Amino acid sequence: MTNRRRVVITGLGAVTPVGNSAREAWENVCAGRSGIGPITRFDTTGHQTTIAGEVKNFDALAFVDKKWLRRLDLFIIYALAASDMAMADAALTGDTAGGDRAGTIIGSAIGGLSSMETAKEAFDRGGPRKISPFALPAALGNLAAGHVSIRYSLRGPINCTTTACSAGNHAIGDSYRIIAGGWADVMLAGGAEAAVTPLGIGGFNVMRAMSLRNDEPERASRPFDRDRDGFVISEGCGLVVLEEMNRALDRGARIYAEIVGYGSTADAFHLAAPPPGHAGAARCMREAIRDAGLRPEDIDYINAHGTSTPINDAYETAAVKDVFGEHSRKIAISSTKSMTGHMLGATGGVEAIFTAKAVEEGILPPTINLDNPDPECDLDYVPHRARRQEIRVALSSTFGFGGANAVIVLRKFVP
Amino acid sequence: MTLEEKVINIIMEQLGVTREECVPEAAFIEDLGADSLDLVELIMEMEENFGITIADNELEKIRTIQDAIAFLKSKGVS
Repeated sequence: MTNRRRVVITGLGAVTPVGNSAREAWENVCAGRSGIGPITRFDTTGHQTTIAGEVKNFDALAFVDKKWLRRLDLFIIYALAASDMAMADAALTGDTAGGDRAGTIIGSAIGGLSSMETAKEAFDRGGPRKISPFALPAALGNLAAGHVSIRYSLRGPINCTTTACSAGNHAIGDSYRIIAGGWADVMLAGGAEAAVTPLGIGGFNVMRAMSLRNDEPERASRPFDRDRDGFVISEGCGLVVLEEMNRALDRGARIYAEIVGYGSTADAFHLAAPPPGHAGAARCMREAIRDAGLRPEDIDYINAHGTSTPINDAYETAAVKDVFGEHSRKIAISSTKSMTGHMLGATGGVEAIFTAKAVEEGILPPTINLDNPDPECDLDYVPHRARRQEIRVALSSTFGFGGANAVIVLRKFVP
Repeated sequence: MTLEEKVINIIMEQLGVTREECVPEAAFIEDLGADSLDLVELIMEMEENFGITIADNELEKIRTIQDAIAFLKSKGVS
């Protein structure tokens, strides 16, 4: 595309199972620390899976006042917390973010599942009049972006992507295009999720999608390993501040990386299973690289979707080989989900942060628990330990239910 | 605990206001910063606590804290 404006990342904010700030989460994934443990949020009696990546030691009152605490679903509170951190990191406030020229897209796979469960309990106990008037506003997926827009006077584009596990990447990719095309100058984008609830756990269990390795929580998420048995659900929020490059340079902002391409494609095949072969994921990666005006050989690193399900990791590996051919042997690939678990709609946001940091610092986070690689997964997954390596260009991939694929391309920033 | 104290505790909890702000004449919307959804939830909380039902057409009589207390007394709550 000609005349496309350049877009850079100037702020990071995160709440994750491996740390309640972008910096802490990044340090912990580089140290190979798992954030997975037994579920403490509710009584798991009767559930097959009893482990998850819960956010820990999170002080919600540092981000919302007491009156609002009961009225916001946890995914919204995570989003408000991450937005405070991302905006502070970018040195922006409600007055300087851009007002009419600033917007926000925050994706969520499910929205306020816990609030829906609570409302249904009240309904079952006392009928329709016992439903809290705040039940639906807490459950609506777009209310993370809604509350964030109110807090920072973001009066430009607003949206909520709900493309399951790709929601965070779609939010960032769509925001990138909005700035590149001139419709806004600043976008706060990413994903938020809080689905570690009885329905979330039970629902994914009956789909046979989740790991049952309850006795070894920290070893349960093992992408590309022979003994992987499903994903580990987790929660949190990752938001990045995207900003038109000249605006960022003019105000002397710290620039983590440049976003240079975005692929958004549908499998148009099945609600949960990938299409035969590996066409869906491969086409999305190709599209992102083409959009960036690059060749496959230009890519040094991929933050993989790498969910630790038997199907995904072999499928994704085959797709990488298809897109990159011989070069696939030279690309470093890691799945940070081996440590964070799968944050569903938030995962794209958090992994964009990790990818930006990898590009900025030249450090590749590892794939932990990769003790015995699946014979079908025979690429360089940066096993066990982080590695120092210069990165020029990186992909961050997400593939979601509904056949929704989103891949973003980040490049080391050079003015 | 007197009825007044019970009502004020509920208001403090629901609206996130201080005891000092909860003077009898304080109006929920104008003085205590409540919006229409806050009021619905406040009424639900009073129904729950005092075991009564407040009809929608009775709501307009309840504008201030003393209105609420007077209304509850008229319903036989003490």
